[in-house]
Amino acid sequence: MGNKKGAWSKIGPPAVLLTVLLAGWQTAAWLELFDQWLIPSPVSIVDEAIRIWPRLMEHTEATVQLTLIGFVGGSAVGFVLAALLHLIPGVRTAVYPLLVLSQNIPVIAIAPILTMLLGYGLLPKALLVTMVCFFPITVAMLDGLMNTDAQLRNYLQMIGIRRLKLFWKLELPHAVVHLFSGLKIAASYSVLSAVVAEWLGTNKGLGAFMLISSKGFMPDRVFAAVFIIVALSLTQFGLVTLAERLIIRWRPKKEVR
Amino acid sequence: MERERKGFPSALEVQRIRKSFGKGAASKEVLAGLSFSVADGEFVTIIGPSGSGKTTLFQVIGGLEPPSEGEVWLGGKATTGERGHISYMPQQASLLPWETVAGNIALSLVISGLDRKEAKAKTKVWLERIGLQEYANAYPHVLSGGMQQRVSFLRALLAPQPLMLLDEPFGALDALTRLQMQQWLMSIWEENRRSVLLVTHSIEEALFLSDRIVVLSASPAVVLEEFIVPFERPRDEAIWYDPRFNELKQRIYRLLQESAEGSG
Repeated sequence: MGNKKGAWSKIGPPAVLLTVLLAGWQTAAWLELFDQWLIPSPVSIVDEAIRIWPRLMEHTEATVQLTLIGFVGGSAVGFVLAALLHLIPGVRTAVYPLLVLSQNIPVIAIAPILTMLLGYGLLPKALLVTMVCFFPITVAMLDGLMNTDAQLRNYLQMIGIRRLKLFWKLELPHAVVHLFSGLKIAASYSVLSAVVAEWLGTNKGLGAFMLISSKGFMPDRVFAAVFIIVALSLTQFGLVTLAERLIIRWRPKKEVR
Repeated sequence: MERERKGFPSALEVQRIRKSFGKGAASKEVLAGLSFSVADGEFVTIIGPSGSGKTTLFQVIGGLEPPSEGEVWLGGKATTGERGHISYMPQQASLLPWETVAGNIALSLVISGLDRKEAKAKTKVWLERIGLQEYANAYPHVLSGGMQQRVSFLRALLAPQPLMLLDEPFGALDALTRLQMQQWLMSIWEENRRSVLLVTHSIEEALFLSDRIVVLSASPAVVLEEFIVPFERPRDEAIWYDPRFNELKQRIYRLLQESAEGSG
């Protein structure tokens, strides 16, 4: 019972606020405070979404597929990279600045190159999402691997633990908490970067759908796609949070909240 | 020297250990030629003023820090700079928060060289023996500080290494728990004699627990004096009222005080 109450106190306030904002938006549209062809009203967005629902779902499916491939790929790359940078001495100092550098290259600049190299298929887009997703995971996990408890480390070394076992038994379990912060950030990034990837040379996916609708002056369709993107992002985030709760069960209760 | 090495091996021989940190003029000597030993099955306590390099000494014995000079012999083998020859109980219980109580003990035993099955079986038997079986599958954070230290002690006791290093094991506990823990440790140890090297700040604790006390000076540390503790085993609280207890306590206290003043 207490648990339900806790969940409501978390979800309640933002839900109320969101409802108020939507109601305000709808009222403003009724009062014709702005032009419908520029900013559609929530009701007309939902109307349009229902009307073209099957097509919308087709595009959603493509985006979900791209998001998942990119997210899983990015997580795997991020995880392995962090482990390697941490375990091989000296490599971290050399590679870490380059990783930060890689994040300063705009996706818009890389995307056409990838498309030209790899064609219009799934691969270049999945690579793009992967490139966006791996970074927060690597950074978060490296932090976790490096900041293990000094006393635990000293104890294990005193009784003669081997390097690799220290990684599996102390560093990695400690880093898992950090890993999940990275995964949460990557989860929200993955949906958005999939949409951006779809802007570039494809006719499938919510990104492509948005671009076509925007060019055809159909803002209600653009917003319908935006609503779905938001929902996808939240779902992805929620799934990672759920996985975190299932995997990290050893923490004292008060820290979980 | 040679004769000692060939004879019955001591659990621990520390021979003329020197350790300095830093180089040149900035170099600071922490251990200035320490020699002492722990015989097989003997309980030896090291006591010294704060900053007498006890942590460094343990790091040298454990093989984490190489000494600048001198040798460490464990169980009759030269192990200077080698790890994995001791079992260890640190000041903080140092239980992995993501492993259960039983998992923590078993993991340490596996690291110490036992195979997994044996480690698990031993853990189960001993958790029952010390009355913590109901916590076997609990995570460490639900245990009180005293219970965590019991688990930590058990972990060190069960490891097959010839020497147990106890690093101020009760330093973080409240006074009452500390007394209970000393008596508990004593009772278990008297039934399962292992060679022990204990570091503590408490003279009473040293007198209550050990066969011999090695008093160190303040930095850089040398051995000031060794005391044989004459009380018979098994011991109980009665020794606190023994006049020899107080006399020894006074002598060690004065020695420590002079050393602290001398180093100013």
